[in-house]
Amino acid sequence: MWKTIVRRTLLMIPQMFVLSLIIFILAKQMPGDPFTGLITPETDPSRIEELRIQSGFYDPWYVQYYHWITNAFQGDFGQSYTYKIAVSTLIGERALNTFWLALLSAVLVYAIAIPLGMIAGRKQDTLYDKSITLYSFISYAIPTFVLGLIFLYIFGYRLMWFPTSGTVDVGVEPGTLEYYWNRIYHLILPAMTYAILGTTTIIQYLRSEIIDAKTQDYVKTARSKGVPMKRIYRRHIFRNSLLPIAAFLGFTITGLLGGSIFIETIFGFPGMGQLFIHSITSRDYSVITALVMLYGFLALLGSLLSDIIMSIVDPRIRID
Amino acid sequence: MNTANDLLTIRNLTTSFRIKETYHAAVEDVSLSLKKNEVLAIVGESGCGKSTLATTIVGLHNEVNTKVTGEIHYNNQNLTQLNEQQFNRLRGNDIGFIFQDPLSALNPLMRIGEQIAEGLVYHTKLSKQQRAERVLELLNQVGISNPERVARQFPHQLSGGMRQRVMIAIALSCKPSILIADEPTTALDVTIQAQILDLLKALQSETETGIILITHDLGVVAEMADRVAVMYAGEVVEEAPVQELFKNAKHPYTRSLLNSIPQTHSENERLEVIQGMVPSLKNLPREGCRFSARIPWIDASAHERKPQLHEIAPGHFVRCTCWKHFHLEGEEGGGAV
Repeated sequence: MWKTIVRRTLLMIPQMFVLSLIIFILAKQMPGDPFTGLITPETDPSRIEELRIQSGFYDPWYVQYYHWITNAFQGDFGQSYTYKIAVSTLIGERALNTFWLALLSAVLVYAIAIPLGMIAGRKQDTLYDKSITLYSFISYAIPTFVLGLIFLYIFGYRLMWFPTSGTVDVGVEPGTLEYYWNRIYHLILPAMTYAILGTTTIIQYLRSEIIDAKTQDYVKTARSKGVPMKRIYRRHIFRNSLLPIAAFLGFTITGLLGGSIFIETIFGFPGMGQLFIHSITSRDYSVITALVMLYGFLALLGSLLSDIIMSIVDPRIRID
Repeated sequence: MNTANDLLTIRNLTTSFRIKETYHAAVEDVSLSLKKNEVLAIVGESGCGKSTLATTIVGLHNEVNTKVTGEIHYNNQNLTQLNEQQFNRLRGNDIGFIFQDPLSALNPLMRIGEQIAEGLVYHTKLSKQQRAERVLELLNQVGISNPERVARQFPHQLSGGMRQRVMIAIALSCKPSILIADEPTTALDVTIQAQILDLLKALQSETETGIILITHDLGVVAEMADRVAVMYAGEVVEEAPVQELFKNAKHPYTRSLLNSIPQTHSENERLEVIQGMVPSLKNLPREGCRFSARIPWIDASAHERKPQLHEIAPGHFVRCTCWKHFHLEGEEGGGAV
């Protein structure tokens, strides 16, 4: 199996190369240049021209690409034009915030969806099942920003149980236990919003998988052995029904790492989604290219993760 | 029909399925018995109710949409009255079950050894170590040459024949007195079929198990069975010892079935078939001879109004009287009386 993982990882190199080339060419097609934002009425046009020549703006595209990609390899994506700090530092900070939010969201999504899906599938067509399906429909129909705002209003503004924005309170000493608790405290509301909206597909998928598994022949075999239904659910039905959920796990995790624009905007949470939108509106090229590269990398990583997870949970898939 | 020797006695069993708001009998008024060390074959086309009969015996039918009446006597218990818990004590322990398709009948995520041992957990007091030993013993018994390795493998790693051997090991794990085999060789290719049948026969003579063999393959019946019950449209139409049935079949359905077996030595190149098809559950004729629609050249007066099973020779039962006038299509005149 390790051989496959190494092979799949090596395969990512040409994929990343093609991706980087496409991103670079697209970025070059965008109007304006890095210095457009610096122009003020007092700027001397010849000074801009000088800067352009200095920065290699007139070099052939492959020379520019070569400079960009070699620097990127060393973790240097250049400077952010709007934040005036290194892109890697900027993204690193945001990525860490998003990582914790994604982690908590994912844990909550699975902690809510798996038990509900199991109950709905097992007690098919009962009141339990119908209530869970109703919940699924409602959560599927509510737009993220509506639920986010409702939560913000009730729990943040009215009840004041949770903070309404940011990642940590000002003045808390970093590194202390209180600091970490404070960070988690800030994560709860956005993570809950995400989790409640993200459960629908998993619940409904799991439900139909369980209903399908119940009629499988191996369930009949288990019954013919005299195994009680309770154990059949635990040992046979649930294990088989969770396979497709496991298949999505890799994509779900890396998808969450991309950040959520709505949730981050509503909860004033400085994460990847917010950074991405901001970099587009302010034409912060170096940040955009770095982020798109990162998203591409995450997508590839997601499929690799899913393959690895599948090969662990399903013995029929042994990629040798 | 009922002697003290009987392992299992089925009396007037009717199993009905609910379709919309009405119940339709898939098995109607079936009475059969199984003796120790006997192979009873139940033969019929798809949809004749033979599998339904098998699942009813061990209570594997869907409880919500199924109605069962009649009696199934085993060991002083009436199986139609058992609840799920009582059935669980019986299933696997007293009655083993072999399914048609061994690939789908095994859990793809569970190791073979674990699947065989599962029944032992509930029916024996063996320790984990002892269960592992029993698994190897069983695998050996069903003719698997490297049991240690197979016990650690998953179903997809085995061949079809090996899987069916594993199914047999599962069914035999608690030394049941009855084995129900629902088309055990249908999903296997011909050479493997013969091996599995030989295995079942060898195991039976060793353990004195009574076997109910459900099949549509008359070759399997000839090879395995002691007694045969032929089912058509939910009813037993003929029951006889195997020799008698093949030599002296009486019911038009049985005769048509036998006639439709391709003969390698015969000059006749046409494949004989039975006209028409088995009526669906909803459209089943509930009155008169159910086979009459498929032998339209036989005069309606030949059938009984309420066809009964008649014992025409010791142990040989035939339903309806139409067999006395039956001749295969194209044949001249009436059948022998």
